[in-house]
Amino acid sequence: MLLLLLAVSVVTFLLVELSPIDAVSSYIGENGVSDEQREIITEYWGLNDPPTVRYVKWITNILHGDMGTSMVYRQPVIKVIGERFKLSLILMAVSWVVSGLFGLLLGIIAAVYKGRVVDKIIRVYCLLLESSPAFWIGIVLLLFFAVYLDILPMGLAAPIGMSIEEATLPQRIYHLVLPALALMLTGISKIALQTREKMIQVFESDFALFARTRGEGKWTFVRRHGLRNILLPFITLQFGSISELFGGSVLAESVFTYPGLGEATVQSGLRGDMPLFLGIALFSALFVFCGNLIANILYAVVDPRIREGGRFQ
Amino acid sequence: MKKTPVLTGHGLRNRRSQTIFIVTVALATLILITVAGLTMDPEKYATDFSVKNQAPSAEHLFGTDWMGRDMLMRTVKGLSTSIYIGLLASIVTSVLALFLGVLAGTIGRWATTAFNWMVDLFMGVPHLILLILISILLGRGARGVMIGVIVTHWCPLGRIVQAEIMSLKNSQYVQAAVRMGKSKWWVAMRHMLPHVIPQFIVGLVLMFPHAIMHEASITFLGFGLPPEQPAIGVILSESMKYLTTGIWWLALLPGLSLLAIVVLFEEIGSNLRLLIDPFSAQE
Repeated sequence: MLLLLLAVSVVTFLLVELSPIDAVSSYIGENGVSDEQREIITEYWGLNDPPTVRYVKWITNILHGDMGTSMVYRQPVIKVIGERFKLSLILMAVSWVVSGLFGLLLGIIAAVYKGRVVDKIIRVYCLLLESSPAFWIGIVLLLFFAVYLDILPMGLAAPIGMSIEEATLPQRIYHLVLPALALMLTGISKIALQTREKMIQVFESDFALFARTRGEGKWTFVRRHGLRNILLPFITLQFGSISELFGGSVLAESVFTYPGLGEATVQSGLRGDMPLFLGIALFSALFVFCGNLIANILYAVVDPRIREGGRFQ
Repeated sequence: MKKTPVLTGHGLRNRRSQTIFIVTVALATLILITVAGLTMDPEKYATDFSVKNQAPSAEHLFGTDWMGRDMLMRTVKGLSTSIYIGLLASIVTSVLALFLGVLAGTIGRWATTAFNWMVDLFMGVPHLILLILISILLGRGARGVMIGVIVTHWCPLGRIVQAEIMSLKNSQYVQAAVRMGKSKWWVAMRHMLPHVIPQFIVGLVLMFPHAIMHEASITFLGFGLPPEQPAIGVILSESMKYLTTGIWWLALLPGLSLLAIVVLFEEIGSNLRLLIDPFSAQE
């Protein structure tokens, strides 16, 4: 697994290496400098070395906790990522948890009332949400809540002219609602549809029939048997969605100008800040990797068969 | 092969003819929009400052933007660009997935390991990050977006194909063919591919919504199609500047049209699955 992370770092480094962005030009920015100064910067950064040497240098520095300096923010990359990830993490965590729970609930309701009006409404809702791009949902939310109703802010993580540390907790929640909602709405549909499908399968099984003949009501059955049986695919999907969640947060943050990691990704990409971009790419891979790891551990917790299997081996 | 269903006097009573009807209508709509967009006269969405910032009306169904361009025409043009890119990207992606999946399933164990490793690698980084990176690498344009989508999207379908091939490998008729001395390639082509094709087609159609949405997203963020090109992503990203002034139609209507296109494709995909799947084909 660590090998995989290493491979990710090689691939991203290679892609950046091949890209037409010239690190020196994007560092200097608009104001021109003489060729000699360019030469000095190039030499100073070791850009004349072959790519392999630079890769090894880069990766050893990362292992020592130094990811280089961001050119856009003029701060160490690790500090930028750390600060911004705190904001993104709240956003992602809130929408991840809520969308998971809501998706599960909606999926179960749809399965219990299969074929009825409720089921149809939930299915149409999911289909529509799954088919709309995350950023467009963000725009529509902005239009409705921030422009038309004017009850929620247009963006940012704190009131204008105030730094994030100064903002009070209610203020910060107030600014979190819309981006979290946008991220949440798109997350729900997949979980709900999958849960519905699995739950219907469970309802059609022999033990469900037996439970019904014993006189168990549908909801009792869901509580006693249904939930256990759909938990495993739910965990797979929910933790598997982390990679998409990260992508979604990039879009949501750029719509709502929420100063998180996603916004930094876009800025670093647009302005050719490759040290930061590389750092974020590597960090996101680590993030996804952790998600998968937790999912694998949870499998054993949730499913007694997997636990037993491990013991007998 | 399948018999063509007979539309009797009962019309669309039969579930199967119903599905075929839906697929046909959806396909016709998509083709109509694409053709309308591709053959459109640029004059139709030309700048006309005398009618700028107009709300939707009978004359301009989707309103006009700050340069007086007719938004309906721009949207149709943008949609056709999106469909075109999405279609091309999803066809190439699925063929790549099919090829790699079959390859990984037939060559041998090391190929399977290498394949799984590749999938893990590409699934390990969030798609959007990889897409942005590839777009930058290829100099931001239709080509970059397309290749980005191809690189990031072949994994799930490839895995399905590979799993299918692996399970077919142990089936008796494949074993028999192998014992009869048929080459691996012959077996794969004659016995395995036909089994995978239905899933492949459904996968291809369902790939399209992903492709088109990622194209729009990446363009919206500013890494995709250039601003001069009428694309949904461009239109939506421009509309962001005018949200506060109450010009809602710039964002709402083009987005809704994109949504409609994606829903159409998903409908085609899920209905095709019903048609192809022998278990539901007789309903």
